[in-house]
Amino acid sequence: MPEIKNYTLNFGPQHPAAHGVLRLVLEMDGEVIERADPHIGLLHRGTEKLAETKPYNQTIGYMDRLDYVSMMCNEHGYVMAIEKMLDLEIPERAQYIRVMFDEITRILNHLMWIGTHALDVGAMTVFLYAFREREDLMDMYEAVSGARMHATYYRPGGVARDLPDAMPQYLESRWRSKKEADRLNQNRQGSLLDFIEDFCRRFPRYVDEYETLLTDNRIWKQRTVGIGVVSEDRAYQLGFTGPMLRGSGVEWDLRKKQPYEVYDKVDFDIPVGTNGDCYDRYLVRVEEMRQSNRIITQCIDWLRVNPGLSMTENHKVAAPRREAIKADMEGLIHHFKLFTEGYTLPPGEVYASVEHPKGEFGIYLISDGANKPYRVKIRAPGFAHLSSMNEMAQGHMLADVVAIIGTQDIVFGEIDR
Amino acid sequence: MSNSIQQLADSLSAVFAEKLVSVEIEFNEVSIEVTPENLLEVTTELRDNPEFEFQQLIDLCGVDYSQFGQDEWQTDDASRAGFGRGVDAATSSGRLQFGDELESLTPPGRRFAAVYHLLSYVFNRRLRIRVFASNDDFPVVPTVTEVWNSADWYEREAFDLLGILFDGHPDLRRILTDYGFVGHPFRKDFPMIGNVEMRYDPEKRRVIYEPVTIEPRVLVPRVRRNDHRYLEDVGEDTEDGADDA
Repeated sequence: MPEIKNYTLNFGPQHPAAHGVLRLVLEMDGEVIERADPHIGLLHRGTEKLAETKPYNQTIGYMDRLDYVSMMCNEHGYVMAIEKMLDLEIPERAQYIRVMFDEITRILNHLMWIGTHALDVGAMTVFLYAFREREDLMDMYEAVSGARMHATYYRPGGVARDLPDAMPQYLESRWRSKKEADRLNQNRQGSLLDFIEDFCRRFPRYVDEYETLLTDNRIWKQRTVGIGVVSEDRAYQLGFTGPMLRGSGVEWDLRKKQPYEVYDKVDFDIPVGTNGDCYDRYLVRVEEMRQSNRIITQCIDWLRVNPGLSMTENHKVAAPRREAIKADMEGLIHHFKLFTEGYTLPPGEVYASVEHPKGEFGIYLISDGANKPYRVKIRAPGFAHLSSMNEMAQGHMLADVVAIIGTQDIVFGEIDR
Repeated sequence: MSNSIQQLADSLSAVFAEKLVSVEIEFNEVSIEVTPENLLEVTTELRDNPEFEFQQLIDLCGVDYSQFGQDEWQTDDASRAGFGRGVDAATSSGRLQFGDELESLTPPGRRFAAVYHLLSYVFNRRLRIRVFASNDDFPVVPTVTEVWNSADWYEREAFDLLGILFDGHPDLRRILTDYGFVGHPFRKDFPMIGNVEMRYDPEKRRVIYEPVTIEPRVLVPRVRRNDHRYLEDVGEDTEDGADDA
């Protein structure tokens, strides 16, 4: 009888289904996974160490680059930690803007997830559809911050600036005819809020489209139902948060349970799965997109009728307006101090967390009273999720590993930090 | 909310009594300090006791306290001596160069800490545990992987970045740094520019490591201010911190 040995397979780091730079060392018995050992850190940039050498506000930009498909939610966690330490009141309008953009970000993230997850499992079309909508959402980012992805829009004390009254327009060019530009500009004639409202009107139909392609799709179900099952107890033990935890049947959402900003004033539901498999997590995330859409609509209604400040007037942390810098001595001093030295935080430590599209994103901030953090620890949801890869993949086939990577919604920016 | 926080602090003191080094409430968060010897007992109790039920370890992180309270720009005595440029001394990891050494400012046994963040889904509350490793040169803390399985990678990370050893961990390998990396990069005496740089050598036809050649560059000096701008009730802590520095 021939001796049968386990086979070790190296998956990644350059693999289209590895979602970035995951290297998986798989020990296989035939086509069945015996042990999965993820090697991470190929995208480690030392964000936490960099933050220690920079004034607080200069780190906001690094937060965008953590989970680079849900940029503003990362910023939110970071500025919340600073605000908690300073006990800073932020204007209600800024809170609504933050909630609205958190939910835009959630849709942005979930679209990326549904596209790549489906692509990995074998459905090409969803990817194209999802990226079509992502384009509109990134235009919203651009309109408000000037950048399509790495916005640096949230600041301690509010948001960098108020929502613009006009959307940027497409111009006629060598690559885009007049007719094409006009078509693209059709829903960009009004303010940013008009554009978002138009998107919210269209979006439920788009989600229906994805669902038509996937929810009852025989292949999709064969690839996801009963794959990567995690029980409720194991989900706690493995540090699952967000949709991964809700997929296992735990009704837990920080937006409801520990509300921050104005989440207690908007109306939405938390979808919960029952079986804890990839298919349930898929259903949870799809429903979350619909709920996010609901929240955005409510925020638009509020923002339309409530103009006001979008940044605190406490000039110890937020720069005064340009006119004030020129006309007022105090304003000039504040501006100078803020942009040379920054502000100091009281000594102490806080942990602030937000319901990030992937789970609980937390910032643990230790300050010794200086203008730079003493230590920042980023609690990235994906890190805990990926660490369960071994347990989730054991006993499954090689092809299921790809489905599990997809369902965990892995992004290496936040895992490697 | 604040009521339940006080309640948690009280019941922690009642249940664990002298096993806790301290119980503090700060910014509406409860932190306890435990010695490494008591860690396993306390964490298991926190998970299983129906009074606490901390089912989940949300986060585990290592902290190097060796430069706590250190600044680069004297602001208190400046009116007598004049302001320096704040760029001369290598007092923070950002300005360290290859071969520079930093002295630890903390008393022995207070340099390396592991910090645990727990979450109870039943009571909807959080708790922070801090454990100081008693030996600064060989920091060891018992592992909690048996209590919460999610500690596995977090402990590997704290070992990798800060060199804290977790006694009893099943697989304590480096996780974030490169294969064959030397040193623990998040220690305060590890230069931010690193120690080595890597390039492909066309003559040797392989990748080689050399001492780093880039200049350290930190634009804003680290400044501590005791002007109590935001401090009404925590003012005393600031004074203590300044004395340590």
